[in-house]
Amino acid sequence: MTTIRQLSIFLENKSGRLQEVLEALGNEKINITALTIADTSEYGILRLIVSDPENGYKLLKNRGFSVNLTDVLSLSVSHEAGSLAKVLKKFSEEKLSVEYMYAFSLGEKAVIVLRTDNRPKAFEIIERNNFTLISEDEIKNL
Amino acid sequence: MYAAAQNHHHQMNRYWEEELETMSRPALEKLQLERLKTTFAYAARSPYYKQLFGKLNLTVDSFGHIDDIRKIPFTTKEDLRANYPYGLVALPLQESVRLHSSSGTTGNPTVIFHSQHDLDSWSNLVARCLYSVGVRDTDVFQNTSGYGMFTGGLGFQYGAERLGCLTIPAAAGNSRRQIKFMQDFGTTTVHAIPSYAIRLADVFEEMGLDPHRDTRLKTLVIGAEPHTEEQRRRIEELLGVRAFNSFGMSEMSGPGVAFECEYQTGLHLWEDAFYLEIIHPDTLEPLPDGEIGELVLTSLDRRAMPILRYRTRDLTRILPGDCPCRRVHRRIDRVKGRTDDMFIIKGCNIFPMQIEKILLQTPEVGNNYMITLDTVDHSDEMLIEVELKDLFTDDYGRLENLAKSLRHRIRDEVLVAPRIKLAESGSLPQSEGKAVRVRDLRNNK
Ligand SMILES: [Zn+2]
Repeated sequence: MTTIRQLSIFLENKSGRLQEVLEALGNEKINITALTIADTSEYGILRLIVSDPENGYKLLKNRGFSVNLTDVLSLSVSHEAGSLAKVLKKFSEEKLSVEYMYAFSLGEKAVIVLRTDNRPKAFEIIERNNFTLISEDEIKNL
Repeated sequence: MYAAAQNHHHQMNRYWEEELETMSRPALEKLQLERLKTTFAYAARSPYYKQLFGKLNLTVDSFGHIDDIRKIPFTTKEDLRANYPYGLVALPLQESVRLHSSSGTTGNPTVIFHSQHDLDSWSNLVARCLYSVGVRDTDVFQNTSGYGMFTGGLGFQYGAERLGCLTIPAAAGNSRRQIKFMQDFGTTTVHAIPSYAIRLADVFEEMGLDPHRDTRLKTLVIGAEPHTEEQRRRIEELLGVRAFNSFGMSEMSGPGVAFECEYQTGLHLWEDAFYLEIIHPDTLEPLPDGEIGELVLTSLDRRAMPILRYRTRDLTRILPGDCPCRRVHRRIDRVKGRTDDMFIIKGCNIFPMQIEKILLQTPEVGNNYMITLDTVDHSDEMLIEVELKDLFTDDYGRLENLAKSLRHRIRDEVLVAPRIKLAESGSLPQSEGKAVRVRDLRNNK
């Protein structure tokens, strides 16, 4: 069973900070596969799937960002109507607690990223339902 | 004249001046009254105090008990400046042998004149401080303080010499040379400001040296810069020493006003040489032991320029209870900040140091912070911004819990619940130096 590493970055809600993150990564040729921001009225957490999470982490940390390398699960589903819903339905039926989740499409595939604090249970559901987990290398090559 | 003269030859005693350090409180108060009268008589010869005492009809006979000191009005820093340079000088100028001056950022500096008696008394107090933490004439004392006008230089120099130490006036800066001196001359005791002590530890490392192994260091005297208990412990670990807090100010000669003993439970203020009061900075009423207020000091053994009931603007408290070392001199807490920093919200006096203390105990956040006082819906609100050191989680719930825990712990400390705002690391003013930490945007300040 495999997880992928996601960059999580703490951002205050003020202009220009997101831009700085993206430029810092761009300058080092680190590609961004997926980006999502969740925010409250005062701050946000930017979540990124990138081509080189380890160097991305070091780079942002050196730039003074509050950053965290988070293990998340990544599943691929076929990019057709209803397939995403099918996966989510299983997780909710099994009452897996999901901290957050987002999805994006990559060519033929749709990719779900999710964070749970009960990883063994997640793995069990994935195995039982023949869902496809993807690794960091696979994301890079998709 | 000094019991110390005998100690000099057999420094086995636990006390530098056993009688003066361990006398009963009634005996101490009697001595204080005698010395207050002497001090009053000297002060009355200075133009400033002569005029003041005349106006209030105060004479030596006005003082039947030490508490009568309250008949004398406070002296402020502004009074010293306004009477620059000779207004408080009580002896003919030829009897002064030295002056020290503290730089004023605005207006006149404050200048303190010393007679030979004053320098002897001061040196003796510094020697008493050092002796109380185990420094003996066999020790090698290195002073990394700036010399010149700054009293931490000559003050410690004369004190350590008085004690009989081999004393190295290394002065400030050139860390590699400092370390070479420590190695070549077997320095055992160092006086340094806390930030410089930490800097020295870095330089040891750069030089590939381990202070625990490669030096004979055992005692550090730290002062002149606000620092926390955590920083002291860090200095002790890094340098392999015990570090003792020193307190003084140029208006009260310099170092040697108060000092921690071997038990490190607050600073004994030498009450035979200084009369100690803690007052409420707004009402000016005396505060009971244990409560934080403004430190007010009267010099009791100075002749060239006595200063009576000087409002130091330093915030501290008298620590209740006795110290295991048996000294009669009461202990003050490390300085909690300046009266200039204190603010009042919802009827509570709050000092930024109290909030800083909580932050230092919280590993998830950095030491920088900003306090904003504002009026929200007709009621005062305190907002505290703190920097997230690392993003230890990317879960909102846990970030919210961190904010909640800070809110509760700060409320328990200062009795007002703040709103906590998490900020990016590096986004707030640095904790060193004189950064503005409190912004007051309230309608009716
Ligand atoms: Zn003690």
